[in-house]
Amino acid sequence: MKYALFLGCTIPARSRQYELSARKVAQRLGIELVDVGEFVCCGFPAKASDLKSAMILGAYNIALVEKQGLDLCALCSSCTSQLTEVVHHLAHDDQAKAEVNEALARVGLRYDKGVRVRHFARVLYEEIGKEEIKKHLTKNLEGLRIANHYGCHYLKPSEIYENFDQVEDPHTLDELVALTGATVVDYPNKKRCCGGPVLPVDEKTSLAVAKEKLDDIRDAGANAINLVCPFCSVMYDSNQKGIETAFNATYNLPVLYLTQLLGLAMGFDRKELGLNMNVVKTKDALAKYAGGD
Amino acid sequence: MADIDLSKADANFRKELLAQPGGEKIAACFTCKTCTASCPVSAVNNRFSPYRIIRLALFGLKEEVLKSDFIWFCSSCYACQERCPQGVCITDFMTLLKNMAIKAGHAPAGIRAQRDLIKGQGRIYAIDEFDNKKRNKIDLPSLPTTCEVVKILFPES
Repeated sequence: MKYALFLGCTIPARSRQYELSARKVAQRLGIELVDVGEFVCCGFPAKASDLKSAMILGAYNIALVEKQGLDLCALCSSCTSQLTEVVHHLAHDDQAKAEVNEALARVGLRYDKGVRVRHFARVLYEEIGKEEIKKHLTKNLEGLRIANHYGCHYLKPSEIYENFDQVEDPHTLDELVALTGATVVDYPNKKRCCGGPVLPVDEKTSLAVAKEKLDDIRDAGANAINLVCPFCSVMYDSNQKGIETAFNATYNLPVLYLTQLLGLAMGFDRKELGLNMNVVKTKDALAKYAGGD
Repeated sequence: MADIDLSKADANFRKELLAQPGGEKIAACFTCKTCTASCPVSAVNNRFSPYRIIRLALFGLKEEVLKSDFIWFCSSCYACQERCPQGVCITDFMTLLKNMAIKAGHAPAGIRAQRDLIKGQGRIYAIDEFDNKKRNKIDLPSLPTTCEVVKILFPES
């Protein structure tokens, strides 16, 4: 199994632990990830200002992958949704495709049919499969109580995702986490957005959205959050302290990436998974399971 | 929020919206407020209400909609769009309004900054040699520190 690895903007600069752990997990499971140096922003953050530019950015990245005859795997949910949406849209809109190709021609590229775009977690769930993943797990994470945050663009808009999961009752992350022996904790408002996209517009509102979920997760008795998007991680991990201060609350909830959690169950140590790079300290919550710091 | 002043209505605005991607189905809205009830932002800040924005737009209150700061509060989470019983593509509609507002010269500084970063350096967070050092230290490959391709893709910016 071979995919071009799309990192996007946030991961290589601010969430290197996600990239590090994803590469480790991929290697263990036999997924070959190919680096494409010329990638630029997926276009998601440009949608608000100009849909057409966002489309060109997305199509440029996809055309690079198409040229190499590969499919594309992204770690970020926003990148996944933007790139999937571009493929979906250009398959049905010849005029938009012609406009995109006019821009791409200036850099010697052509968008033809597009490629298959997949989130890393979806590749794990659909293509590797639970049985195969289980064969590689050597450590039981029993005792960990994990609250899954699916986020929005991992699942939505549903029309571009072929219903690989259910928007109103998602289960793929719950099933993957349960493989590790950890307990999946249910909580109110599980499907709610992290509030991240509102951050550059109104910080207080954005943090208030994130706070509601942190309250629910803490009250449900979870001892860590699991997620699959660096943008959501910025809200819950990087901004957790700020939310505690702004709203006079206490959470102390480590925020893990799915690949860190699976990596732990595969027997990788803390440093190999970048668990020392998470903002909210992970050491105490994971002391029983992870060595090597 | 001020009362709606219909004397400022622009009848062409509705037609303009209905003709563009994201706006096609807004006339089907029957104000059930499922969108607002599903909205994570409305839950913490009642100044933002998707159904109200749709009503203002359908009344033709162009200025009020495009100049307002509340269209920027949409987090594009698609909760409303997934649940709308009338099939209104609400998230796509908000994106359309944001695009129109920017063209009309109304955009929050943070959104303008994001656009300029992407069109200037190809990324929201540029990679410098320091980043690459940190990447190499944990065996991650170096990434390019410059990006010329965006200047060719967007010569007008």
